Amino acid sequence: MESMVSSPWPWYVAGPLIGLMVPALLLFDNRQFGISSTLRDFCAVVRPGKLEYFNYSVKEQLWRNWLVLGVLIGGWLASQLWEPVQVGISQQTIQDLSALGITNFSGYVPSELFNWKELFGLHGLVFVFTGGFMIGFGTRWADGCTAGHAITGLSLLSPASLLAVVGFFIGGLFTTHFLLPILLT
Amino acid sequence: MRYVFHLVLGILFGVVLLKSEVLSWFRIQEMFRFQSFHMYGIIGSAVATGALSVLIIKKFGITTLSGQPVDVTTKPVRWKANLFGGILFGMGWALTGACPAPIYALIGSGAYVFVLVLISAYVGTYVYALVKKKLPHG
Repeated sequence: MESMVSSPWPWYVAGPLIGLMVPALLLFDNRQFGISSTLRDFCAVVRPGKLEYFNYSVKEQLWRNWLVLGVLIGGWLASQLWEPVQVGISQQTIQDLSALGITNFSGYVPSELFNWKELFGLHGLVFVFTGGFMIGFGTRWADGCTAGHAITGLSLLSPASLLAVVGFFIGGLFTTHFLLPILLT
Repeated sequence: MRYVFHLVLGILFGVVLLKSEVLSWFRIQEMFRFQSFHMYGIIGSAVATGALSVLIIKKFGITTLSGQPVDVTTKPVRWKANLFGGILFGMGWALTGACPAPIYALIGSGAYVFVLVLISAYVGTYVYALVKKKLPHG
């Protein structure tokens, strides 16, 4: 089993590479690194003009949509370069999740929660649909996501971003420690 | 043509998200359970790198390629929106194990169920716009 476990790039390689997105975009054409506005752009393209929130020039935001197209291609490219393996999480996490009924640790996401068969069962309803909805609603209300607030905002020492990141962790900790035990058992 | 730059940068970002396992639901669980330094190291060193870059840009008055002053404006503080929206986002992050960039990278990697997570996020965005005026912001 040991040889199946992944060897991810260490944090001190991945972190700085992600951090360099900030100056790269600022210096190239004065863009602040962010991802979740593409959710708004999509709605603005699909249903323009109906709501004030979607009334703006998406053309100005094209760069960001090319960026996320790249992220999608990057995910594909990396999946071709490296075989999917068991993510090398700590033994303690494996034990905690096993106690909640998560037993398949192969791949990047647990197949018990994210699969087509379970889609309209409780798991799909909560983890796929409700989770996705909360991401979209929450990031637009908070005015940014982990990229725009946690990486770019904190790099600029933005108080709004610090507040949002505190919120991210309150929500994530509450869900992990109080909701998951109820949802999974 | 200049969008080739953004596309390439996105590809690099996507590769990093997969190869550092930031896009993994398991890694996000490990983070929210404080059982590994991995995710904290990534976020921490990313912010440190970004902040140091901004500091250097400001200190030496470095301009953009076209010679403009660099945009270092920050988003306005609207504490209720930042906090309550942030909490909701954090809950979605823990449930799906993905924030927006990893959703795109996961779809690319072949986890096609995440197309439905993305569509749900579009719906969430649309509903936010519908009820925006009724929500507390400032």
